[in-house]
Amino acid sequence: MLGFVARRLLYLVPVLIAVSLLTFLIASLLPGDLAYVILGDQATPEKVEALRHDMGLDQPVWWRYISWLGHVLQGDFGRSFRTGQTVLQAVAERLPVSIELMLLAEIIGLAIGVPLAIACAVRSGSVFDRFMTGTAFGMLSVPAFLSAILLIYLFAVELRWLPATGYVPFREDPTGNLRFLVLPALTLAVAEWPGIMRVLRSDMIATLQEDYIALAKAKGLKASRILFVHALKPSSLTLVTITGINIGRLIGGALIVETIFALPGIGRLLVGAIYTRDLIILQGVVLLVAAGFVLMNFVVDMLYAVLDPRIRHGHA
Amino acid sequence: MATLELGIGEEVAVTPVRRTRRLGPLFWAAIAWMTFVFVAAALANLLPLLSPTDMDMLERRASMSAQHWLGTDGLGRDELTRLIYGARISLIVGLCAPVIGITIGGALGMLAGYFRGRFETLVVGSMDVLLAFPPLILALAVTAYLGQSILNLTCILGVLGIPAFMRVARAATLTLARREFVIAAQALGATHTRILLRELLPNVFLPLFAFFLLGVAVTIVAEGALSFLGLGVPPPVSSWGSMIGEGRESLEIAPRLAFLPAITMFLTVLSFNLVGDALRALTDPRQGAL
Repeated sequence: MLGFVARRLLYLVPVLIAVSLLTFLIASLLPGDLAYVILGDQATPEKVEALRHDMGLDQPVWWRYISWLGHVLQGDFGRSFRTGQTVLQAVAERLPVSIELMLLAEIIGLAIGVPLAIACAVRSGSVFDRFMTGTAFGMLSVPAFLSAILLIYLFAVELRWLPATGYVPFREDPTGNLRFLVLPALTLAVAEWPGIMRVLRSDMIATLQEDYIALAKAKGLKASRILFVHALKPSSLTLVTITGINIGRLIGGALIVETIFALPGIGRLLVGAIYTRDLIILQGVVLLVAAGFVLMNFVVDMLYAVLDPRIRHGHA
Repeated sequence: MATLELGIGEEVAVTPVRRTRRLGPLFWAAIAWMTFVFVAAALANLLPLLSPTDMDMLERRASMSAQHWLGTDGLGRDELTRLIYGARISLIVGLCAPVIGITIGGALGMLAGYFRGRFETLVVGSMDVLLAFPPLILALAVTAYLGQSILNLTCILGVLGIPAFMRVARAATLTLARREFVIAAQALGATHTRILLRELLPNVFLPLFAFFLLGVAVTIVAEGALSFLGLGVPPPVSSWGSMIGEGRESLEIAPRLAFLPAITMFLTVLSFNLVGDALRALTDPRQGAL
């Protein structure tokens, strides 16, 4: 197991270096000089030259990358030239919002997807199963911004049950915080449950045909015990694998959802940085999100190995 | 015993191998809708439509009428015309971006799956780097730097699709390369180019094409999301995503303005998903595989 973890960790190093290089190259090789962005179109060439020199923009690209990476490794991601806030401050301020949103979405998604998957697997081929599989397939074609509009129209405009936009921190007003987060989380969950259901359903159908399930039935165990204790864990392997992919989609979805519902999370920070051309924040946040995503995928891999001993012994 | 075995064998042979994989009415409805959208978008200039950008401030958010079949939007522009012109953007970006993905990703995947070794490690590794970025974040960051245009949008979404196509092509090539017909071709002294193009490509193409259609659906959604955020195609060009975004502002007065493009987009994405999935199921030897 230790050897397996070490090997996977070692593989992370080149991937992370390449990720940082790509982030840096996108930010520095593409048109749009940072000095012009800061000083505006009216700036004199001398001023621009002076600022370029101060910021080290007149150095060769490889040198700028090395020095940027050096700063990043010391925890210095730079600071916004618009708000004066450092990248880390801005991210630390907004990360809890995004994480709460994504956790809530995942919980709702699992709460809808897992029971439906089990119900479909038990009666696979029935009218209910076919109806739900069809619905899930249709739901996969509903993008987040579409379900957001629909939910806002239904719950905020027509029924007036929930606020359409806004946010209060959890510490100040826990119920208010949840009220603001229900619709955004539901929006993301609408996109999450079909994937969860489809994957778990097909694995569950396979598991239910195993001999040990027949044995459990023959022993007279209760159906709920067989389903949740005996069948769920071995059926959830693929579900865990696709969690990594799901997180990526969830981050993208959170970006849209945070913008629509005006939630002060990472996604909104990023979109805001794009609108105001705050390139330092943009570069720092993209790197942090990508690095976080890589690390999360690593954790998912590890989890997978814990669940399935065949993986860590190298003959899957 | 021998007769019994023969009997079973005959019985098996008599039962046709036809599986319950006929293409149902839903498949043809999807094809019909795709054709409809495609023709409308292609002939937008020839159809007797109003201008998609002409504003009529006296007719803002007008309801459906003989002149404006689907009414007008918040700036008095004809909704139907904008939907049809929006279809052009969605289809151009939605079809061209996956072409980039299928060409580069498909080629890389086939080469990696056929030659293996260091090249494969390099290709898979660099795709891992591309996959390390949540796709929408990378698309946003790059459009922010490159500037908003249809060409930039298509290129970025196309590049983002490369890893997925590479995986599909590589997986298909890996299994096919060990099959008898490839070994036979190698034994006959066929060159690598010939094996790749004449033996492997025709077999890899069908799963890749099914995946291409799913890629179109994903790309239309991604383009819609970017345009919805105001970071896709620049105005006044209409795109379904930007129309939904504009319609959101008047959700209380005229929900139609958000829902019309939303339904159009949903049906189109669903159609591509349905057709792609049906083709994938046809090419997938595992029965009933999801």
